[in-house]
Amino acid sequence: MEVTRDSEKLVRLRFEVADRVDHLPGQHYVLRLRAEDGYTAQRSYSIASDPADPLLELMIECLPDGEVSGFMHAEARVGDEFELRGPIGGWFTWAGDVPALCLAGGSGVVPVVAMMRHARRLGVEHLLRVVVVARTLPELPYDDELVGRADMIALTRENLGSRVAAPPYPDELVDLVEGVQRAYVCGSVGFASFAQRVLGEAGMRADAIRVEQFGASG
Amino acid sequence: MSENHAMAFTRGFTGKRRGDRATRGDRLPPGQYDSGEDWPTLTAEATPRLTPEDWSITVDGLVEEQRTWSWSEAHALPGSTYAGDIHCVTTWSKFDMTFTGVSVDTLLDAARPRPEAAYVMAHSSTGYTTNLPLEDLRGGRAWIVWEVGGTPLSVPHGGPVRLLVPHLYFWKSAKWVSRLELMDRDRPGFWEANGYHDRGDPWLEQRYQGDP
Repeated sequence: MEVTRDSEKLVRLRFEVADRVDHLPGQHYVLRLRAEDGYTAQRSYSIASDPADPLLELMIECLPDGEVSGFMHAEARVGDEFELRGPIGGWFTWAGDVPALCLAGGSGVVPVVAMMRHARRLGVEHLLRVVVVARTLPELPYDDELVGRADMIALTRENLGSRVAAPPYPDELVDLVEGVQRAYVCGSVGFASFAQRVLGEAGMRADAIRVEQFGASG
Repeated sequence: MSENHAMAFTRGFTGKRRGDRATRGDRLPPGQYDSGEDWPTLTAEATPRLTPEDWSITVDGLVEEQRTWSWSEAHALPGSTYAGDIHCVTTWSKFDMTFTGVSVDTLLDAARPRPEAAYVMAHSSTGYTTNLPLEDLRGGRAWIVWEVGGTPLSVPHGGPVRLLVPHLYFWKSAKWVSRLELMDRDRPGFWEANGYHDRGDPWLEQRYQGDP
């Protein structure tokens, strides 16, 4: 296992998984922690890695008082073994087949990174449009990969180039929605609700939107 | 699905949420935690815009008499309340909820299931589906509900009316429920076709296909 602490709040974990089953970008794994007396805690985390990556990569955001995320931040180190289960989920997946637009907020970018990496390997990057939203660039997971690759980065708390801090406006998305057969929305409950609305205003059909949302569940 | 079942414990992990278990441990199924005041919403599709006037519920399939109730007709049925806990497969549980609506028994009794009916597909107006054994909707253990905590159920939580089957994981409690289809054979609903368990008993930890 490899452990990289990308920031105070983000830890990147790359696991060697025994008997791993290939995943599709967008799927997740369940990570289970087990205390000596049998008490367990488990949470789902989206996969960031391409299926062809020999390791399985998860990016875990440390949540306030997070039982699992807090432990992984404070304690996880190379050599540790964990119980992992997956891949899970067959709905929020993209196999590189249809033109798609991703609209992700905060740590919701993780499954989108898997889709981007997948698209690059398959040589179908033209099929995937990516819009990500974060408060500031340092708070955006995978900012190094997203800058230059994402079609649009909307920061809400600081300006980026000539773009004044604001969530994405419908008119900024109209061109990106054009010709897209499916939209993927991933982020917090509040973000997902905003994203569905703004996509609708930009002309995206509601029944072509797939949503993955998460609450603060530590 | 691959699983590395090193049942060994996790180095250094003792568990932070044990306070919840100490007081309510007997009400918390394995692998769940107490979400406290939070009631997360999880939906796979865009949230629909629905009003009570648009809503109705139909019971059909293997029944003697197909029945449909409008919002006002459903409210005229004998009311029923569930007070207790709910458990979501994403590992949160929420204690001491109160939901009000009508017992599914009332609807089924009116439609009269045929003897061969053994499973139910719950359909939502969004196209969402979830399958359940008929038995799990019987015996005062399932409701259609329009109120939570004495206030109307909001659309993000499945309003105007959702199914409530609190002894199973909460994805079985279909939001925006509009139809109960009785079947002689089980067939997977939306999440069930996407890797989740056909029954979903939280006490047996039936989260995914392949669980006991």
